[in-house]
Amino acid sequence: MAPNSIHWFRKGLRLHDNPALQEAVRGAGTIRCVYFLDPWFAGSSNLGVNRWRFLLQCLDDLDSNLRKLNSRLFVIRGQPANVFPRLFKEWEISRLTFEYDSEPFGKERDAAIKKLAMEAGVEVIIKISHTLYNLDKIIELNGGQPPLTYKRFQTLISRMDPPEMPVETLSSAFMGCCITPVSEDHSEKYGVPSLEELGFDTEGLPSAVWPGGETEALTRIERHLERKAWVANFERPRMNANSLLASPTGLSPYLRFGCLSCRLFYFKLTDLYRKVKKTSTPPLSLYGQLLWREFFYTAATTNPRFDKMEGNPICVRIPWDKNPEALAKWAEAKTGFPWIDAIMTQLRQEGWIHHLARHAVACFLTRGDLWISWEEGMKVFEELLLDADWSVNAGSWMWLSCSSFFQQFFHCYCPVGFGRRTDPNGDFIRRYLPVLRGFPAKYIYDPWNAPDSVQAAAKCIIGVHYPKPMVNHAEASRLNIERMKQIYQQLSRYRGLGQVLAISSGLELHHCYICYSLPLNSSWDIVPRKFSQFFGLLSQILHYAFISVYINLPHQDGNISVYIALNSCISANVFVLRKKFWLINTVTGYFLLASYIKNCPSNC
Amino acid sequence: MKRRLSRDIEGSSSSCEELMEVCKRARHPSEDSGDLASNWAWIPQEVLLRIFQYLPLLDRAFASQVCHGWNQAFHMPELWRCFEFELTQPASSYLKATHPDLIKQIIKRHSNHLQYVSFKVDSSTESAEAACDILSQLVNCSLKTLGLISTARPSFMELPKSHFISALTVVFVNSKSLSSLKIDDTPVDDPSLKVLVANNSDTLKLLKMSSCPHVSPAGILCVADQCHGLRELALNYHLLSDELLLALSSEKHVHLEHLRIDVVSENPGQQFHTIKKSSWDAMVRHSPKFNLVMYFFLYEEEFGPFFRDEIPVTHLYFGRSVSKDVLGRVGMNCPRLVELVVCANGLRPLDEELIRIAERCKQLSAIGLGECEVSCSAFVEFVKMCGRRLSQLSIMEEVLIPDHKYSLDEIHWEVSKHLGRVWFPDMMPTW
Repeated sequence: MAPNSIHWFRKGLRLHDNPALQEAVRGAGTIRCVYFLDPWFAGSSNLGVNRWRFLLQCLDDLDSNLRKLNSRLFVIRGQPANVFPRLFKEWEISRLTFEYDSEPFGKERDAAIKKLAMEAGVEVIIKISHTLYNLDKIIELNGGQPPLTYKRFQTLISRMDPPEMPVETLSSAFMGCCITPVSEDHSEKYGVPSLEELGFDTEGLPSAVWPGGETEALTRIERHLERKAWVANFERPRMNANSLLASPTGLSPYLRFGCLSCRLFYFKLTDLYRKVKKTSTPPLSLYGQLLWREFFYTAATTNPRFDKMEGNPICVRIPWDKNPEALAKWAEAKTGFPWIDAIMTQLRQEGWIHHLARHAVACFLTRGDLWISWEEGMKVFEELLLDADWSVNAGSWMWLSCSSFFQQFFHCYCPVGFGRRTDPNGDFIRRYLPVLRGFPAKYIYDPWNAPDSVQAAAKCIIGVHYPKPMVNHAEASRLNIERMKQIYQQLSRYRGLGQVLAISSGLELHHCYICYSLPLNSSWDIVPRKFSQFFGLLSQILHYAFISVYINLPHQDGNISVYIALNSCISANVFVLRKKFWLINTVTGYFLLASYIKNCPSNC
Repeated sequence: MKRRLSRDIEGSSSSCEELMEVCKRARHPSEDSGDLASNWAWIPQEVLLRIFQYLPLLDRAFASQVCHGWNQAFHMPELWRCFEFELTQPASSYLKATHPDLIKQIIKRHSNHLQYVSFKVDSSTESAEAACDILSQLVNCSLKTLGLISTARPSFMELPKSHFISALTVVFVNSKSLSSLKIDDTPVDDPSLKVLVANNSDTLKLLKMSSCPHVSPAGILCVADQCHGLRELALNYHLLSDELLLALSSEKHVHLEHLRIDVVSENPGQQFHTIKKSSWDAMVRHSPKFNLVMYFFLYEEEFGPFFRDEIPVTHLYFGRSVSKDVLGRVGMNCPRLVELVVCANGLRPLDEELIRIAERCKQLSAIGLGECEVSCSAFVEFVKMCGRRLSQLSIMEEVLIPDHKYSLDEIHWEVSKHLGRVWFPDMMPTW
């Protein structure tokens, strides 16, 4: 007897390039595509209405595409672990397929379901199609550790075979004699719920700027490629006032929900590049957006604490401030900085903002102005942003707050100047903050500086109709740059106090600067074990021939700490290659290691 | 032996358990490793000290419960020279505070051993208050370094000035050999600096006091006049005067190594005074190698008085938008420039300015550009002129504007060629 299959949709809400779905159909007698929704969870979860709407539209679209194949989508109310055993029995299932989920939470859930299925005698088939590569392969190639820098990641990718080609779209021909038994009361039992059913108040909800679904995604990718072909320029488009607005060629939410296959996107880009440029090898930069996503997935897949500061081995512990009032002002677009507030309004209304706008608001919340933890910002994005994936969202926040991935932090986006440079006229502000509509371009980014007469003419008194700025940016950024330096205690080669250049991103092939502030929090004493951990992290960039390591040992008794530092370097077994170490002691004067080397054990 | 031992300890994640294990064996010599066990119990104090230095405080505390000897070792003065008090409140910080009992212990038993002390406080006033309470109890210690560090907002500023001052002067009066003092963002004032000078003028080498609004130019001048060993100094521009520079370059004074100036605008349109070229010249004559680090957080229109004359600045950081004109003047008047960071600039490319800087600033070795624009060919020209001395080159990808000569893909090869090492622009995630 031909097997009865279930395909379990989670992400990957599409019929094209869906290898697991194909496996479900191949040679099967019946196929049922299920999606689990927990109505109780919907009301209480922290996902905003835009994200739910997008998801429901995706499911609707999936259902209508399945209907064309004489099939239906089964939206199951409940939890997979509770419901699957019943479904297996009721539908006499012998095969379960789903797309591989690389995220730690997903891996855990899937392992449990797999076990449960095997116990019920159900064969389980899992296929990778949410990422371009098998992430475990990337990690394996990197010696068992996820790469910590994007450059390193690119190097690894360039050594790997190109991603696998997308598989063909599920069609009637492919379905063959595989059918979906659909009952009379299917719509009541398994129909896609409406937002109202999930407990959302949809009165006055504006129509979706980003309609969900595979069909929409496939239209968009064609438009996206047409535009690229039209401009025949494959570099990252330069930012202007227009790029701030939701574009009908934007793809990120569709990649997030898997309405669009990243592999399809990858190969369409490649084809187009070859056609237009008439060369055969496109540069890696062509796939920038896809590779960043892949990079964060790779970094997160083995790290269940990826979205936390505490206990996350790749996250620097920064003494962020806890300040719920300030956080609320930021999240609710009441900071008093029109540029920040307009972006946050756009995010709340539409569910998407440009990546540089993300940089602006993330920098403002964390290292730039408010000094509030990136975890808080991440949660707000999780709620509002359509394309906020667990890995990509947490990874980007760590990146933007300078908490990981060794990047530069000298530069903070100015909440006034950045916007003004991008959109000098201020149309973006007027669109999302109508209250400021009357201000001339000169003052629209800093309306608090406008003379009273201008405020009166604009019918908007700052402090009455629109809030005053919540921080003095100059003062805040001065303080925060200083705080960041306390943490990263930087690179520059001159002595002591505040080093000007806080560039730590020099991860070039032959030369790499790493700085490490040792007794940051645990700081009773220098702990050799901490060094070992640190050098464990370092070991993956040891292919660089020459490494300068700056180690910050604040307020330590110089000789002892240098001695201990060295001893631990040796015990961590990192002196394999030629390396140069600098130890910087910020208060008692710093020590150039060279002068200590003669006092050190011989294998130094 | 010693190294192996320490490696064993650090190699295990449960070092103290291991120690306990060893110790249990020491108590029961009837078990097979009798000889070794007695060796363990009789480790000389010096060796024990070495081992303890490798252990975090918590592990040391566990180990101290093992036997009398180890307990004695736990309290050896060498282990208590340096301490960092972390004072935080659960409502305002994610980090754990130093346990109050431990603080009590330290004040009771080890305050006379403390030499290198710092206080890290979060944004709450209570934490700053707690730091002051501890400070005022440090009557019988002799500190060499003291750092008051606000990790979030400047909470010391929220304390009543008198309260802060009286705590701080306890340390000044009792520690006669203070050499480093970091008191940025605190309400320290002129009279308290006088107390500092009266007690520590011979030993003071480093003084960091950026953004201390209660200090006047006369207050800092008094420090410079008396503390001839001062080598590193950080302060805000409003405290900088010709007299101060002359005092620092007097014959009695040691060579200054590091002077950091923060130029911060309180409100738009502020007027800033100027410093005479002759005063800077005197500084350079006296301390030819000193670093002059300047942080600018100004509105564009406030740059008027700056960079009109030659200035011996070595490290420049422009935290806010700075005009092409000012950068042009930097190129003309900063021959000692080593590092330059420009966080933001207007909409026009910085081509000529960068080339002039490459031409005239012969020691420039590090540059960082944030929200600016430079054409690719001008950038390549800049790198070519500076060559391999550019050891740090941090340029955001968006800064470089492709032109007829170079695209973004080509530029990294071209720049790498001139630098003699592989170089890439800095990238931010596109997501």
